[in-house]
Amino acid sequence: MPRRIVSGIQNIGHRVIEGVWRLGVASRFFILVLLKSGTSLRRFNLVVRELYFTGVLSLIIIVVSGLFVGMVLGLQGYETLQKYGSESAVGTLVALSLVRELGPVVAALLFASRAGSAITAEIGLMKATEQLAAMGMMAVDPIARVVAPRFWAGVISMPLLAAMFSVMGVFGGYLVTVVFIGVDEGSYWSQMQSAVDFRFDILNGFIKSCFFGVAVTAIAVFEGYDAPPTAEGVSGATTRTVVTSSLVILGLDFILTAFMFRGVS
Amino acid sequence: MTSETLIEVNDLNFSYDTRAILQGVDMTMPRGKVIAIMGGSGSGKTTLLRLISGAIKPTSGYVKFAGEVVHELDRDALFKLRRKMGMLFQFGALFTDLSVFDNVAFQMREHTNLPESMIRDLVLMKLHAVGLRGAHHLMPNELSGGMARRVALARSIALDPMLIMYDEPFTGLDPISLSVIGNLIRRLTDALGMTSIVVTHDVQESLKIVDYVYFIADGVIAAQGTPKEVRESIAPFVHQFIHGEEDGPVPFHYPAQTYQKDLNLEGTLA
Repeated sequence: MPRRIVSGIQNIGHRVIEGVWRLGVASRFFILVLLKSGTSLRRFNLVVRELYFTGVLSLIIIVVSGLFVGMVLGLQGYETLQKYGSESAVGTLVALSLVRELGPVVAALLFASRAGSAITAEIGLMKATEQLAAMGMMAVDPIARVVAPRFWAGVISMPLLAAMFSVMGVFGGYLVTVVFIGVDEGSYWSQMQSAVDFRFDILNGFIKSCFFGVAVTAIAVFEGYDAPPTAEGVSGATTRTVVTSSLVILGLDFILTAFMFRGVS
Repeated sequence: MTSETLIEVNDLNFSYDTRAILQGVDMTMPRGKVIAIMGGSGSGKTTLLRLISGAIKPTSGYVKFAGEVVHELDRDALFKLRRKMGMLFQFGALFTDLSVFDNVAFQMREHTNLPESMIRDLVLMKLHAVGLRGAHHLMPNELSGGMARRVALARSIALDPMLIMYDEPFTGLDPISLSVIGNLIRRLTDALGMTSIVVTHDVQESLKIVDYVYFIADGVIAAQGTPKEVRESIAPFVHQFIHGEEDGPVPFHYPAQTYQKDLNLEGTLA
């Protein structure tokens, strides 16, 4: 029995050491990506190409999800607010929920599942099929040529997608509450306009989505680059990207919210 | 080292942790020749290519390429040196998101400031040399294994390198593709005046095209010579390898205790 306990403690120790070591490798990789981003900035067409794959191709899922989340928010908000005769404030509720929280967070979760996993799988497969090694043999640095453009494309896409998510959500809320239920259109928009603050709400939401963009894309490119060059290795890396990104998004969201909205009424 | 020598490998040792992969390897590779490196799986052939290209550093000894000790170069100097090298990977390693044309143009666009019209002409010339000018618009997933390797060959000669390394270029090819690739290696080496190192298991095809052969077994050079010397060799290892014999210096059976002992028959058969 004591032997099993010792072995269990050893196991936990190994996992902790491995986790810390991996975090160190990931941090070093992240710094390398930043240092080697010169090529991406000089040849911005490389980033533009990746913007299409990570940003434009994620639009459908973001637009549709944003619309439905906004519709549900509108419906639920109306149901609750009408009990207190405050249904005209539903626009404020929809907009603040989306701009402060749901827009950046849900868009980032969707982005991690759609674009993050695709980035990991693509880089992992490039490694498994020796394309990255071939690039290195041609005296072209794969981090500068393959990883950095994908990283920056993700960082640029994320806030734009989050903004698109919020816009569609606000529109979805409008559809349900104003068009279908019949809430006054003027109150929906004017209350929203007076309650949503650019500095505290929109800018903070934008900053959140920038953090999420950096986190998700950094995790995605690292997992792809670090994936064992086998089918199993790439599939495991893809799963890790989605799971780790989701947890990091939620954790970061709490920390950022605590800093940004502390004391804001 | 003579003026004709492109690569000099001197007392090269390489180990992964405590496991020795290469031990005291010496080689001289002249310019304009096709050199084969043969040996069983796990004998250290691909490791040798990685050492020549500077992808890994030796434990001791050195590889000298065009007068420069490869492992002493910093990253920029190594990348500069690699522009003089090409490598054909086992399955081509074409960039799957780029067309055949863009794959061959890749290095030209990365390393030169040539106008696009000139790149177009050069790419078509390289593809013509491997017989695939008409396939320039195809994507890698539309190519057969042999065609993919020919495109990879065209890509590796894009900047007219001094050296091309071929890692198992004949693996998984049908007899026609195999012969095409073999002849292309010989023809391109002669036409471009470069040196080719072919790591291969395919004895018959490679002996037709190479100038010199090194056999590696257990991390050391077990034998070497011209194809004629190799064919006539009576050295047990070379003989076994060339003729594909089942048993010999490389045993059929993995080391084990006696058969009788494993079957608990010892003593009963006395």
